[in-house]
Amino acid sequence: MSAIGLSARRIAAMCLRHLYILKGSWPRVLEMAYWPAVNMVVWGFTSQFFATNSSWVAKAAGVLIGAVILWDVMFRGNLGVALSFLEEMWSRNLGHLSVSPLRPGELVTSMICMSLIRTVIGVLPAALLAIPLYHYSIFSLGLPLIAFWFNLMVSGWAIGLGVSALVLRFGLGAESLAWVLIFAIAPLAGIYYPIATLPGWLQPVAWALPPAHVFEGMRSLMLGHGFRPDLLASALALNALYLALGVALFLRVWQGARIRGALLNVGE
Amino acid sequence: MAETGTAITVQSVSKTFGSVLAVDDISFSVAAGSTTALLGGNGAGKTTTLSMLLGLLVPSSGAITVLGEDMIRHRYRVLPRLNFSSPYVDLPHRLTVRQNLTVYGHLYGVAHLKARIADLADELDLGAFLDRAAGKLSAGQKTRVALAKALLNRPDLLLLDEPTASLDPDTADWVRGYFQAYRDRVGATIVLASHNMTEVERMCDHVLIMKQGRIVDQGSPAALIGRFGRATMEEVFLDIARDRPHPQQAAS
Repeated sequence: MSAIGLSARRIAAMCLRHLYILKGSWPRVLEMAYWPAVNMVVWGFTSQFFATNSSWVAKAAGVLIGAVILWDVMFRGNLGVALSFLEEMWSRNLGHLSVSPLRPGELVTSMICMSLIRTVIGVLPAALLAIPLYHYSIFSLGLPLIAFWFNLMVSGWAIGLGVSALVLRFGLGAESLAWVLIFAIAPLAGIYYPIATLPGWLQPVAWALPPAHVFEGMRSLMLGHGFRPDLLASALALNALYLALGVALFLRVWQGARIRGALLNVGE
Repeated sequence: MAETGTAITVQSVSKTFGSVLAVDDISFSVAAGSTTALLGGNGAGKTTTLSMLLGLLVPSSGAITVLGEDMIRHRYRVLPRLNFSSPYVDLPHRLTVRQNLTVYGHLYGVAHLKARIADLADELDLGAFLDRAAGKLSAGQKTRVALAKALLNRPDLLLLDEPTASLDPDTADWVRGYFQAYRDRVGATIVLASHNMTEVERMCDHVLIMKQGRIVDQGSPAALIGRFGRATMEEVFLDIARDRPHPQQAAS
């Protein structure tokens, strides 16, 4: 990775720093898996109820559970990035990191790597739990699942980087954005309903968001209409755009913090 | 490898925060292998100057060269060769001391890291709490851990913000001796900001006195004491801080 000026050693060092925290605190690891599992259980029962009372849900068993699990992928992807950054703010460690050889791009990459690890820890148990509880395996989606998972994670990373930039710019008073900002997207993402359900004027806004393409693609597959490569391509293109914007925003705010002198005095 | 000649050159550097002029057109150089102090009251511009030397803060104007590199444009070429310690910047609380040193050792690319940590633990007497969470240490223990982190990469340039703050007199005295020995052994350059005049007199070859963002006087501690006709650096500091007329000027 040195060709693009990033050091794998330094990225790994930053991942190690966060893995040490997870290793030393099983409640944190449990918490990561807890909410996705609880969410999945609630929606699993809801799904079972709807399956006997709604022909639409009955046609595609597991469509709601699949949506819940994939939404958690995006939510955890966002939280994984934002929490890795917030950890540095909470521990007033940014000053040390900023004068170490660690480059901002390496910090961003390590946050993304940690997000991947946190998301797997958080979502995998819920996905596995759905198999014995509801006889639904999200893995039955096959290879498209990897595409859905990847796209939603990237969407989460873009939001997480945006949140991290806002926290760096406005201080820890903005930290709650890590948990709430993503929910502003939820109504438009078409997690549980087709985008066509939205009012006409809102649909273009929804289609400008990558998750709308992913969840529409997931429903198409589960309702037997087949895999939609067009939706995958549009999701990938939009994600590339939003991730680039997220990275650019974070790096710009980081540089701004160097001008404002905000890196030395941030923290609780 | 330590530099010969000049380790730091600061030319016409200013820093403004909005309408506040924190550092006002300062210029100075620091000789390689020397220990230089930045002195001044609260708000004099010491921390701002240190931050600019570290590349943590971008100057509004002027040029800074550190270990032969332009600190504004090429700071990443220099950062592996310097380190810093400040009581106002923490290490991750939940990581143990050993874990913290391991992470920073990897960030700095320290060779034979385990042996290096063991050596530092031995030298700085960290052994008893090496596997304790950094957040559970006393203030004095935290300072020693911060020093260990600052020395991990055997820096050619050490920037220290109040290096003996919160240490008891005995430990503080030992730390000063340690830094002097480190400088002599490695040929490193040390720049420190301190309010402890005894520390400055003992450790420093050169003193830069700052007030309202400007360097108002400089020289060796002995030269400053002589010039002001005082017995200690503390008296010199008070003369400058309180705008007392220069004793020699007053006499004339």
